[in-house]
Amino acid sequence: MTDHPSQIQTTFAEIQSKTEARASRDTGKVSILIGTATCGRAAGALEVVQTFTDELARQEIDAQVSQVGCMGHCYAEPMVIIQKPPYPPICYGYVTPGIALRLVEDFVLGDDPCLEFALGALEENELIPTVFELPRFKYDMRLILRNCGYIDPEDIGQYIQGGGYSGLAKALQMRPEGVIEEVKNSALRGRGGAGFPTGQKWDICCYAPGTPKYVICNADEGDPGAFMDRAIVESDPHSVLEGMIIAGYAIGASCGYIYVRAEYPLAVERLTIALRQAQAYGLLGDNIMGSGFNFSIELMQGSGAFVCGEETALIAALEGRRGMPRHRPPFPATQGLWGKPTSINNVKTLSYVALIITQGAEWYRGIGTEKSPGTAIFALAGKILNTGLVEVPMGTTLRQLIYEIGGGVPKGKRFKAVQIGGPSGGCLPESLLDTSIDFDSLSAAGAMMGSGGMVVLDEDNCMVDTARYFLDFTQKESCGKCTLCRLGTKQMLDILDDITRGEGRCEDIDLLIELAEDIKAGSLCGLGKTAPNPILTTIRYFRDEYEAHIIDKCCPAKVCQELVGYYILPEKCERSCDACVGSCPTEAVYTAKRGIKAIDQEKCVKCGSCVDACPPQYNAVVKISPKSLIPPSPPPKDG
Amino acid sequence: MVEDELLKGKVGEVLDSYKGERKDLIPILQQMQASFGYLPRVAMIEVAKFLCIPGSSVFSVATFYNQFRLNPPGKHPIKVCLGTACHVKGGERILESWERELGIKVGETSKDLEFSLERVACVGCCAMAPVSVVDQAVQGKVTPTRVKGILLSFQLEKEKQE
Ligand SMILES: Cc1cc2nc3c(=O)[nH]c(=O)nc-3n(C[C@H](O)[C@H](O)[C@H](O)COP(=O)(O)O)c2cc1C
Ligand code: FES
Repeated sequence: MTDHPSQIQTTFAEIQSKTEARASRDTGKVSILIGTATCGRAAGALEVVQTFTDELARQEIDAQVSQVGCMGHCYAEPMVIIQKPPYPPICYGYVTPGIALRLVEDFVLGDDPCLEFALGALEENELIPTVFELPRFKYDMRLILRNCGYIDPEDIGQYIQGGGYSGLAKALQMRPEGVIEEVKNSALRGRGGAGFPTGQKWDICCYAPGTPKYVICNADEGDPGAFMDRAIVESDPHSVLEGMIIAGYAIGASCGYIYVRAEYPLAVERLTIALRQAQAYGLLGDNIMGSGFNFSIELMQGSGAFVCGEETALIAALEGRRGMPRHRPPFPATQGLWGKPTSINNVKTLSYVALIITQGAEWYRGIGTEKSPGTAIFALAGKILNTGLVEVPMGTTLRQLIYEIGGGVPKGKRFKAVQIGGPSGGCLPESLLDTSIDFDSLSAAGAMMGSGGMVVLDEDNCMVDTARYFLDFTQKESCGKCTLCRLGTKQMLDILDDITRGEGRCEDIDLLIELAEDIKAGSLCGLGKTAPNPILTTIRYFRDEYEAHIIDKCCPAKVCQELVGYYILPEKCERSCDACVGSCPTEAVYTAKRGIKAIDQEKCVKCGSCVDACPPQYNAVVKISPKSLIPPSPPPKDG
Repeated sequence: MVEDELLKGKVGEVLDSYKGERKDLIPILQQMQASFGYLPRVAMIEVAKFLCIPGSSVFSVATFYNQFRLNPPGKHPIKVCLGTACHVKGGERILESWERELGIKVGETSKDLEFSLERVACVGCCAMAPVSVVDQAVQGKVTPTRVKGILLSFQLEKEKQE
């Protein structure tokens, strides 16, 4: 296969020049990039696209409008980048159709770059401050997010122009063992959660007896708070395909599958387009770039089961069965899909591969920490100012990530905990914020790199409720195969339910810990083995909150419905305003003597509508826990 | 029954594009659900015959995965996200608002078959939490008042048509 390096080089050069010819036609024009991944769309990006296209057409301006993926700055969506030489590319945030009209009028037609709407320039220049002076951009180190939000994911040409598929061209000129060796030397660890060395997995798979061999890309992303795999697939699908093809070449597979979550329709659409284009360019299919290597990729949609993210369950789903995990070993690398050696890797893991091949293992190992080289990608969500995706070198501390990059907790609230790694991970308190972000430090603290979901909790979040939330999730998603996972999680959930209802007993905490250890020991797959983590870490770091629920029947964060009541402070109530009365869906709010409003605790469903309805200048509705502290309600006016 | 015959015909059209391999079961069910909105019993039996596997195998797969539904959805499906970020930002309150305003519980379809209500775990727009997906469109930063507003706009739309 490796006899014709020059042939491969020539074929790849031809492919590159094809895309260059297309690109040169467009230079000189004003180019407008609009982020239309799922998050942008939710913020109204498609209306912004429409406004730009309509207005440019109306004014008969010859500019190019492209829909790009997600830059990861979800807090500032919809985002727009305008390239108008000689100006540097400028990035705008929070763009509305109104702002879009202004940008066309003043900047595309005129010469005012409307800096009041700009986040900054994307290149060093003398006129305009760059975005890289903002902390949210400054710490970002974009390896696999490098293209996200900058290229049109539906145009393979833009990916190739940025150096795309040169990793594949280079790999095809190497011997397969050489490719595996390079990945091994890079010490790349799988980003699907467990951090298994990718090179080693490929090595095992390559030398395992049995043909054909398979490559699977795990894009199931089941953690209910993570969206980086979605963002990569929607914004830069070819980087994943390129990694897969290289993996296939390295282990000697000729067929690959991508297993995508059904909840991600746009990801499926963009992958389908990407596959078609790669095929058309001869980057997939038979005799890729004249190397003699054949590889095809099929797309398979998941059907909504968290456990199918687990590799053996995923394989069962691909085979058309119920997605239940099986005992390992044998690991999929030796016996996977249809019993054949199968290398299964996460989306992010595969996205690194081409970079490692082009830039070398040394380069990759120079980033991050010794044991966890490279970057970490997190989806920042919850009570944090700058929500979205960040990519930082491993070894960054949680504090830097949350305060400097994420901008801290909004509305002046106090930070309480950060949940990392989703349902398998744990909650870490303020005192552990100086923990370095890498596979081993996070595990030592009781959390887990996991999927990379990172949800920040503030003083208004209850830790018992948070633990209950995750357990409720894993309990529902448990496939039911292992008794301890199926019944044990249910028992734990019942105990947590009791605690959040104020019916907990003092011995419950120890009982939870005991059950947790048993479930960990008695479950086959990672779902059961890690399901107790959220409970164990919250007990470890926030035991006082459990005790407040059990002993004082008090939810300190005032979240657990059964333990809180709503009360209208008479001294703050404006009396003549009826906002709360009108807002109540159950007629629990009534008017008492002298126009003061009060709440009938029996009728109240605790929906919180009255809190929202009460004008901020009065702020008269409060939550009280324990309920025994609520003063008795006054009689109604006419009663 | 005439209806069943009609359904079988449509099922046949879907099956025509498959070779009848066991591994196609899930993609077939997905395509069925895309065409009918749910998996009718008759259709599942036809699939079993086509793949030469027992009906129970089809049923066991259909009930394992959250995506498959065994009864027809409403005209406007509403999915409320209860993923982590949405939970933290009050997703349950939003689900309760939908339940209250629609007069149905999660998992149900309204009597007039206009709306159905489901919970989902993360649609990948956590930054916009709490999120609801109404008719495929992701609605971010939903509040109880927005819930009322969205339903009102459906009602106005309907009245305009009548
Ligand atoms: C319950 C459970 C859910 C999982 N979900 C995912 C997932 O959504 N995405 C993923 O890539 N890996 C997931 N994994 C890990 C996979 O089993 C597997 O380790 C991973 O895909 C290997 O890829 P990597 O070597 O690139 O990390 C999950 C594991 C468990 C136990
Ligand atoms: S948690 Fe609701 S969109 Fe992710």
